[in-house]
Amino acid sequence: MIEVESLTKRYGRATAVDGVSFRVEKGEILGFLGPNGAGKTTTMRILTCYLPPTEGTARVAGHDVFAAPMEVKKRVGYLPESPPLYPDMSVRDYLDFCARIKNVPGSERKTRLAEAIEKCRVGDVRNTLIAKLSKGYRQRVGLAQAILHNPDVLILDEPTAGLDPKQIIETRELIRSLAGSHTVVLSTHILPEVSMTCGRVVIINKGRVVAEDTPENLTRRLKGAGTIRLEARGDDAAILEAVRAVPGVLAAHARGGHDGAVIVDVEAEAGKDVRAELAWALVTKGHALLGLQQMGMSLEEIFLHLTTTDAADAAPDA
Amino acid sequence: MTALRNVAAIFGKEWRHYFGSPIAWVALFVWTLLFGIFYYFAFTFFLEQSMRVAQQGMEYGGGMKLSLNEYLIRPLFHNMAVVALFVAPMLTMRLFAEEKRQGTIELLATSPISDLQVVAGKFLAAAGLYALMILGGLVNVAGIWIYASSPPEWKPILTGALGIFLLGCCFLAMGTFVSTLTRNQIVAGILSFCLFLGMWTLGWADDPMGGPVSKVVAYLGITTHLEDLVKGVVDLKDLVFYLSVVTFGLFLAHQSVESQRWRA
Repeated sequence: MIEVESLTKRYGRATAVDGVSFRVEKGEILGFLGPNGAGKTTTMRILTCYLPPTEGTARVAGHDVFAAPMEVKKRVGYLPESPPLYPDMSVRDYLDFCARIKNVPGSERKTRLAEAIEKCRVGDVRNTLIAKLSKGYRQRVGLAQAILHNPDVLILDEPTAGLDPKQIIETRELIRSLAGSHTVVLSTHILPEVSMTCGRVVIINKGRVVAEDTPENLTRRLKGAGTIRLEARGDDAAILEAVRAVPGVLAAHARGGHDGAVIVDVEAEAGKDVRAELAWALVTKGHALLGLQQMGMSLEEIFLHLTTTDAADAAPDA
Repeated sequence: MTALRNVAAIFGKEWRHYFGSPIAWVALFVWTLLFGIFYYFAFTFFLEQSMRVAQQGMEYGGGMKLSLNEYLIRPLFHNMAVVALFVAPMLTMRLFAEEKRQGTIELLATSPISDLQVVAGKFLAAAGLYALMILGGLVNVAGIWIYASSPPEWKPILTGALGIFLLGCCFLAMGTFVSTLTRNQIVAGILSFCLFLGMWTLGWADDPMGGPVSKVVAYLGITTHLEDLVKGVVDLKDLVFYLSVVTFGLFLAHQSVESQRWRA
C-alpha cells in the first residue's frame, strides 16, 4: 500500500530524513518509532504530499506522491501533530467543511459525517465551538477529520500525544479497529504504545531507519542488546571456555559455523565493552580470531532514549 | 465541477468566518457609516452650490441646473475609494496568515484541493463581502430618486460602483498575496496597507509636462483608471488594467503558497 524508497529530505544543509526505505502492506498498522526530531513528522509530511522529497520516491496506494499528489491526497487521511482545527467553527461545521474539501459526494456527506462522529465519540460536542474543546476532544475531532472520507491509508502523527490514560486506551482501540479496512501508519515516541497497537515497527533515528521488525522480535533483540558476535577458528569447547573466562561475560553460546569456524554469541554485562579482552583471551590461547562484532547497540541506545525520555517529554507537551 | 465545488467550499468557510467574527460587521459598519457621512457632506455641498447658482440665475437671468452626478456622486465615489484603501487590509490580512498560524494550512495542503482553488475561494469570499459593502452604501444613493425633482443618470452610478469594486478587488488580490508571506496577521495588514498606498501614489506621477516615464508610472496608478468609470465612461483599457492587477495578485498568491512548500 505504501512503498518508500531511499527517501531523503534536506532542509538547507540539515538532513531531516536520510535514505529511508520501508513498505507497508494493505490493512497493516505500522508504528513509526523514534525520539523527537528523528524525522518521523517529515516522513509523514512527504507521504501526505505536504512536503516534496529531496530525493527518493514514495508511492501511496500505487500513486507517486510527487507525480500524482491529487490521487494520493484523495486516498490519505492525515492527522498532523497538532490537529488542524478552526477554533471559531463548531465541530459539525468543521467536519462538514472537511468533507467538502475532501470531495465526499453530497449524497454521502451526512452518513460519513455521522459515522466519523460516532467512531471518534465526539457526538456530545458536535455543536460546541472547537475553541472550547479540551485537548482530548480536539485530538478526536482531528481523528474524525482524518477518517471522514474513508481513506485507504491513515497517517497519524502522534495520535495519543497529550491525552489522559483513559483516552489513550480508547484511541488505541479505535486505531486497532480501523486496521484491516485501512492501512495505518502512526508515529510515536512512546515504546509501549507500539507494542500495543502496531503489527510492525520501523525505528527511525536521526533520519535513518535503524530497525524494522515486529514488536515481539524487537523486544527480543532489545534483550540481547549487549550481545557480541565473534567468529573464531578452533575447538568449540576450548573457545567457549576461553570466552567464559573473560571478566564481564555473562554467557556464551556457540552457534556453529562453516569452514571450520565457530560463531559464538557472547552476552556481556550491560554497558561494558569486553571486545578487547575477548580478542586478547582468544589470541593468547592460540585460536584464530576471524571476526568480532557488537550487535544491536544502536538499537539499545535508541530504546534507552525512548524509554527514558518519555516521562520527561510528556510533561512539557501536555 | 469538482474545482467549482472546492472553491465554493473555501468560499463558504471564509464567508462564515467573516460573519462569525466581528470582521464583516465592523467592515460593513465602518463602510456604510463613512459612506453616509461623505454622502451627507457631498449633499450639503451640492445644496450650497445649487443655491448659489439659483441666486445667480435670479440676478442675471438664465441660470442652470447642477448635475447631481457631477457634484454629488463623483466626489462620493472618490472618497469611498480612499476608504477602500483602509478597509481592504482588514479583509485580507488573515486569509492565509491565520491558516499558517493555526496549522490548518496543513489540512488544506493535504486535502485533494489545489492551491489555486484555495486562493480563488479566499479571494472571492473577500470580494463578495466587499461587493456587499458597496451595495449597502448604494442604499444611500437610492434615496436621491425619492427626493430629487430631476433624478440623476443611473448609468454613471453603476459604472462608478463597478469602478470602486474593481479598484477594491485589486487591493484584495494583492492583500491575499501579502497574507501568504507571513504567519502574523498584523504584519500582513501593515504590509498590505503600505503596498496599497504605493499602488495609489503611482497615480500622482501624472504630470502634463512629464516625459514618457512619468506617463507609464501614472498609468500603473490604481486611481488613474477610476476617473473614467466614475464619469460613466466604460473604457476597455481600464477594465483590462484592473482585471490584470487582480490576476497578477492572485498569480503571486498562488506562486507564493506553492513555493513555500518547496522552500520549507
